[in-house]
Amino acid sequence: MNFLIILLSVLGLIALIQLVRVFEITGKLRGNNQDDIDFQENKLRGKLWLLFGIAYFGFFIWLVWEYGDDLLPVAASEHGAVIDNVLNFNWIILILAFAITHVLLFYFASKYYWKPNHKADFITHSTKLELIWTTFPAIVLAVIVIYGLSAWNDITDDAPEDSINIELYSKQFAWVARYAGEDNKLGEANYNFIGGSNQLGLITPETIKDRKSTLEDEVINIEAELANAPEGGAKEEELQENLDKKERQLAKIMTYERQNEVDPFVNADDDKIVNMEFHIPVNKPVNFQFRSQDVIHSAYMPHFRAQMNCVPGTKTRFHFTPTITTEEMREKTGNDEFNYLLYCNKICGAAHYNMQMTIVVESQEDYEKWLSEQSTFTSVETAQSREEEKEVSEEEVLAEKN
Amino acid sequence: MSTQAHAAEHHKESFVSKYIFSHDHKMIAKQFLITGMVMATIGMAMSLLFRLQLAWPGESFSALNFFLGDKWAPDGVLDPNMYLALGTIHGTIMVFFLLTAGLSGTFANLLIPLQIGARDMASGFMNMLSYWGFFISSVIMVASLFVESGPASAGWTVYPPLSALPQAMPGSGLGMTLWLVSMVFFIASQLIGGLNYIVTVINLRTKGMKMTRLPLTIWAILVTAILGLLSFPVLFSASLLLLFDRSFGTAFYLSDIYIAGEALTQTGGSPILYQHLFWFLGHPEVYIILLPALGLTSEVISTNARKPIFGYRAMVGSILAIGFLSFIVWGHHMFVTGMDPFIGAVFTFTTLLIAIPSAVKAFNYITTLWKGNIRFTPAMMFSIGMVSTFISGGLTGIILADSALDINLHDTYFVVAHFHIVMGLSAVLAMFAGVYHWFPKMYGRMMNMKLGYAHFWLTFISGYGVFFPMHFFGLAGVPRRYYTNSEFPMFDVFIDLNILITVFAIIGGFAQLLFFFNFFYSMVRGPKASQNPWKSNTLEWTTPVEHIHGNWPGKLPEVHRWAYDYSKPGKEDDFVPQTVPLEEGEKDGEH
Repeated sequence: MNFLIILLSVLGLIALIQLVRVFEITGKLRGNNQDDIDFQENKLRGKLWLLFGIAYFGFFIWLVWEYGDDLLPVAASEHGAVIDNVLNFNWIILILAFAITHVLLFYFASKYYWKPNHKADFITHSTKLELIWTTFPAIVLAVIVIYGLSAWNDITDDAPEDSINIELYSKQFAWVARYAGEDNKLGEANYNFIGGSNQLGLITPETIKDRKSTLEDEVINIEAELANAPEGGAKEEELQENLDKKERQLAKIMTYERQNEVDPFVNADDDKIVNMEFHIPVNKPVNFQFRSQDVIHSAYMPHFRAQMNCVPGTKTRFHFTPTITTEEMREKTGNDEFNYLLYCNKICGAAHYNMQMTIVVESQEDYEKWLSEQSTFTSVETAQSREEEKEVSEEEVLAEKN
Repeated sequence: MSTQAHAAEHHKESFVSKYIFSHDHKMIAKQFLITGMVMATIGMAMSLLFRLQLAWPGESFSALNFFLGDKWAPDGVLDPNMYLALGTIHGTIMVFFLLTAGLSGTFANLLIPLQIGARDMASGFMNMLSYWGFFISSVIMVASLFVESGPASAGWTVYPPLSALPQAMPGSGLGMTLWLVSMVFFIASQLIGGLNYIVTVINLRTKGMKMTRLPLTIWAILVTAILGLLSFPVLFSASLLLLFDRSFGTAFYLSDIYIAGEALTQTGGSPILYQHLFWFLGHPEVYIILLPALGLTSEVISTNARKPIFGYRAMVGSILAIGFLSFIVWGHHMFVTGMDPFIGAVFTFTTLLIAIPSAVKAFNYITTLWKGNIRFTPAMMFSIGMVSTFISGGLTGIILADSALDINLHDTYFVVAHFHIVMGLSAVLAMFAGVYHWFPKMYGRMMNMKLGYAHFWLTFISGYGVFFPMHFFGLAGVPRRYYTNSEFPMFDVFIDLNILITVFAIIGGFAQLLFFFNFFYSMVRGPKASQNPWKSNTLEWTTPVEHIHGNWPGKLPEVHRWAYDYSKPGKEDDFVPQTVPLEEGEKDGEH
């Protein structure tokens, strides 16, 4: 097989060489000077531009015809409708500019082909024309800028007071949503608290206690290992480094502990954490806060015309008001399986292509019902720690039995 | 120096000093071109490999296994990490190695001395250093492909923390370090080269070559070099800080990261800082690619339309305006990073301003054709194609520059379509135009025209065939850099279109074989070129066909007029070289 491919390539190459020679020889026979060009051929090349122009526009129209309906459906948020209007306004101008310039380009190319004993017009410039095509685009662009920026300012304005606060938390390669709970305040979080069941690093009096004791245990373990490690070895160095890290982390936790004594971290207690799918009520503003655990991700919710990067080390925000429920959108699109999606739109690693979460937009009642079924962070935490305690006591019982 | 002295020098040259460590700008131009072509072949081949995966996700291809081996394409199925690596290196090679060094390196070196009437570059030695810096960086970049953990994979923009942490992806290991080291050499090479270009253009113009008589190629290259000189150092610092974060535990870009089951100790840095630094180069970089392309196009269009370039002063003005504005628009790459909305608004405004000089250029090209006497040489075909792609791709930039619209289109295929057409295709078409046009100057022989036309149409049509449909992907919300879209049933409608794109890509890729064949065949066997085959006005066509050190035997030519006296009334020929003195009462330039 490989031999055949090589043979074919070699034959192809030889054929090409022969072809080129034939071109050159026939060119010489016809008496063509290499510097000169064939009038008829040149004319044909000019006309080809017209043909290409038709094909190009045809391709464009075909794509619109074939795929125009497969683009994003109607915007499902208040500001999304505005964005779509701005976009459509831009399209009208741009397609017009595209068509006019291309028609002129291809028309001129096909019309003004070289003719022997003919000279081009010596036109160097035209101040009038140039003024026109500097000021005209400037005016059109001014309109585009003003229209676009007024939309931008509205979209990026502060979220309304009565917004629902939701956090979207990203990590390789999944999304987690967190609801602010009864107090509508998202509890504090810090990455040093991540561990065990506390996947978002939330800070509550319990997690401070838990984290502190875990770290203290780890420090004791490492110190014990360090005592046994051979002196001066790589092992010792590694352990020492690890110990330093844990101690630094512990110091961080202690600052939170002191702060907690003055001003307890109570906001996270009633927060609700959900995976895979999150719900929002229709016609109610939602104020999203974005965080990331590891690398930059981007929370992309195209049906709502919403996107915001999730940047480790900072919190970013975006708010919108959904206007169409999932059910309504299914009817509109005629697709029973339609779902609003949140997916990652910033390269974040191997499984970047599959980091998604379903969004359900529903009525206020359905939303409240669904939310009430979700358990709060503290209840999960306590259940978890009870579970652990139970396990420990069972182990103790077992140990005693033996 | 006398002719004899030059001739004597000519004879003394050994193989090494003539072909390898050459100080001669014409030889260095050829070295840049050939190295660029080799790199482009690698970059192009990579895109074909990942296009296979995108068209037929998860299917087995022996080609993938053949090129990538069992580790990265087990059973012929592309590994997701390798997919990202291919995209990253494809982007890096095409943007930096082909369209920055390959394009500017070739044509700045070839054309600056020849078109301004200089014996050589201001410093031949620095010029040689510039090439060898580029060569070393190319070797390191190619070497990074063979690293155990794979080459850099965080996208050609290598945003940290993804690129800073080997725990985040295998490509952020040794491959990433090599990427950064390669870039350090690359930037050094660009700076040395750019400095040389600027000094040469400013100081070594021959008698009569006023700035207002400079061909537009040289104007474009001059502004390009200035852009590079001001912006590349910023990328240098960005890369250096990233190297520190990776290797020495600093935290310029890192903060509050929990990865691979461990909380990192680095705090206080900002990944967004990197993006600001990167795009402070990154956006001028777009014009570092585009301006030389526009310069070459101006020259080829005017020569072959047998008509002065329309609005020379406006063209120079728009090059300067684009150059200046390119420094204050970088934020439009960062509208959705959580940047202050007011700053976003400012960047929207400045970005849309660039559309004005760009529009002027487009209109001027079209008007140059108007009432011309067009000779459709292969170079001319490529140049007209370039005007088309410049317009098609430029217009969608107006949408992406609008911060409100960018919210939903950012990082989708719409962006991929936009920049591949306006920057990739345009610059590649212009580069081909340049090679076909100046091949007789470089090698003293003509390229085959018929193959040139075939190469043009295949490249041009498949270029649009690949990138034009991608707008529709973007408008449907398909993100870029996805290994496959098959996890999203809503994108299934595009399966066929994805296959069509890949078919166009394969056709376009293999069409380049025609070019390669034509290039190397003509280099050896092509018909001998006459001194001025395109009947052009500029100075390079007054040098002898056979290359000599110092370019002109005897005295340097004297310039008496601008470069665009084509079809001037009252002249016998339809061109008047710049060396022809003005007749009494004859006006020069635009008058």
